[in-house]
Amino acid sequence: MFTSVDDVSARLAETGYLASPAVATTVFLADRLGKPLLVEGPAGVGKTELAKAVAEVALARLVRLQCYEGVDESRALYEWNHAKQLLRISAGRDETWDEARTDIFGEEFLLARPLLTAIRGDDPKVLLIDETDKADVEVEGLLLEVLSDFQVTVPELGTITATRRPFVVLTSNASRELSEALRRRCLFLHIGFPEEELERRIVRLRVPGLDETLAESVVRVVGALRAMDLRKVPSVAETIDWARTLLALGADTLDETVVRDTLGVLLKHQDDVLKAGAKLDLGSL
Amino acid sequence: MSEQAGVAERLTSLVAALRAHGVRIGTGETVDAAQAMEALGLADRERLREGLAATLLHGTAQRPVFDPVFDLYFPRGVGGPGTQNADRDELRDRLAAALAADDEALLVRLAAEAVDGFGGYGSSPASDGWSSYQALDRLRPQTLLARVRDDVRARGGGPGFADRLLEDEIRRRIEAFRRMVGGEARRRVAERRGRDEIARRAVAPTADRVDFLFAGRDRLAELRRTVQPLARKLATRLAARRRRAARGTIDLRRTLRGSLSTGGVPMRPVLRRRRPARPELVLLCDVSGSVSGFSDFTMLLVQALHDQFSKVRVFAFVNRIDEVTPLLVHGAADPEGLGARIRAQAVLTGWHGSSDYGVALGEFTERHGDAVGPRTTVFVLGDARTNMSDPNLPAVRHLTERARRVYWLNPEAHAQWGTGDSAALDYAELVEMFECRNARQLSALVGRLLPV
Repeated sequence: MFTSVDDVSARLAETGYLASPAVATTVFLADRLGKPLLVEGPAGVGKTELAKAVAEVALARLVRLQCYEGVDESRALYEWNHAKQLLRISAGRDETWDEARTDIFGEEFLLARPLLTAIRGDDPKVLLIDETDKADVEVEGLLLEVLSDFQVTVPELGTITATRRPFVVLTSNASRELSEALRRRCLFLHIGFPEEELERRIVRLRVPGLDETLAESVVRVVGALRAMDLRKVPSVAETIDWARTLLALGADTLDETVVRDTLGVLLKHQDDVLKAGAKLDLGSL
Repeated sequence: MSEQAGVAERLTSLVAALRAHGVRIGTGETVDAAQAMEALGLADRERLREGLAATLLHGTAQRPVFDPVFDLYFPRGVGGPGTQNADRDELRDRLAAALAADDEALLVRLAAEAVDGFGGYGSSPASDGWSSYQALDRLRPQTLLARVRDDVRARGGGPGFADRLLEDEIRRRIEAFRRMVGGEARRRVAERRGRDEIARRAVAPTADRVDFLFAGRDRLAELRRTVQPLARKLATRLAARRRRAARGTIDLRRTLRGSLSTGGVPMRPVLRRRRPARPELVLLCDVSGSVSGFSDFTMLLVQALHDQFSKVRVFAFVNRIDEVTPLLVHGAADPEGLGARIRAQAVLTGWHGSSDYGVALGEFTERHGDAVGPRTTVFVLGDARTNMSDPNLPAVRHLTERARRVYWLNPEAHAQWGTGDSAALDYAELVEMFECRNARQLSALVGRLLPV
């Protein structure tokens, strides 16, 4: 898919995703070694965006499995279409049982869910398993077979093996420790907050109308907030939101009033707002 | 050919060094890493670093160990920078300029020069060893702050809002420079003494293996960050255990309702959920100065447990005991000042400030005895050093008779129990006592001991 690390950065940049060297290197390796990529990091740094960008670059279909507490085999892998099976049985009255039995467990009655969808067919696909840490532990066991051999076993049909391996991205906020076995099958990538210079470029790309010096101040203030001990430090998504807010307000420089009035875009807890206000010397809030 | 073999050997010894630091790496990962090296080439060092990290590591916590070890096995260069430039003031000038410009590549070069020029000690011509402490002591980069600030301001023109962030930014740059000097000194020492030994000794352990009692302030901040995921991990583990424990009789109504989709054939029996018993938790925490690292940390864990258990009562003591449960209401306050707040708002000391387990435990059974009942699990957190006073074993015996279980987590090494003024061995005869010196041990223990 990619020829070199530089190729990865260049092509991701075309879709509007500016990758740090770590991200570009790891994506390149995931493609080259054919291994799934486990991406961890705080919310809002672009983990899901990365999968979307890779799909766009590879002209691939994005198959997404959104994990949540209680997601199970029938949501992740496949399901039999019971209603249709019942219809089929009641429609064909005068056939033998053997005929009916082989018939109702055919492809026609199989409802493919994301994991099965991702390994079937010959078109290129990117499989995004989003927020893996939200799923129960049992689901990880399910993922192991899919991620190591790219195959799924349906008891009635046998084992379905991928003819073309999807590019797999798993994301996690580390709210639960993933199992060692799952981690072993993946390349590990931690996306943290970007370097100042990269973040400046991201802001400029995402909020095109923003003045260059203002963008720089925005990134510096966000950097200062991240160095504070807050309950929820602002991430890239919030930086972009803030830049958009400032643009909409028509602010062309930062001053105390503007920062004080818009701090809520960056910080999501009242005690964080108070603390940051005191540290940044914003006067009374 | 020989170079290839050298690279393979270097990779395997890197892996061995990481394993020695508790990073679990299998052969499969080493093979992946070798493939990554082949795909990436050796030309770009930072890419190589990221590639090896991606293939060898499995979590963020291992990264602080990986980076210095990588620097040792794949050094930026060999030997010194070769500039015999030992003029301290001139180097400080250049450092100030580099800090003002925030030029990272230049700072790396200056760190190498600093170690080369000021870090050497010993008598042999190229010196016996390299010390980052000595280099930093002579260079004093922290004193450059005012100068760099004025320099940046002079260049930046009028003061804007972002100007008030400047000092903190420069402080962070200086801190980064100090770390660079440390890394460079380690590399130079490794050249002389063999990197395997340096990789074993000079790289700090991961946060979850840091001894509570010896953790410095910066390490404690790191430990604190490991608490949050730990608490959630416990929560999921407990939830899974509760789910498994839910075996009961068949729930006929829900089974029949479920059978509608299969045409009235009950394919999947639904089991009646057993009402979960409410476990009660009582924690007795020593918050005296000698175990302050430990108690700050356990307080945070306790606060996290608050979310998972409806009935948690927490008592803190030094030589008097007082209930601090209301201070732990989640989200109401920042965890940072928790230890200090507890010490300020609760009555924990009598006439003197040193811990007295005997009096505190006695007071607990007297005044708060009703907190413990047959469904209560009690955790005592402390080092059992009673300052030579009476350990009050009857109070502990009384506690074990009333509670369902009593566990004691001791932040001291097992070998030190019973030495000096420690009454650990006496207590250990009455209650189950566990060594709990770091976050790793703590999470293993709490996961194992907590009631479902």
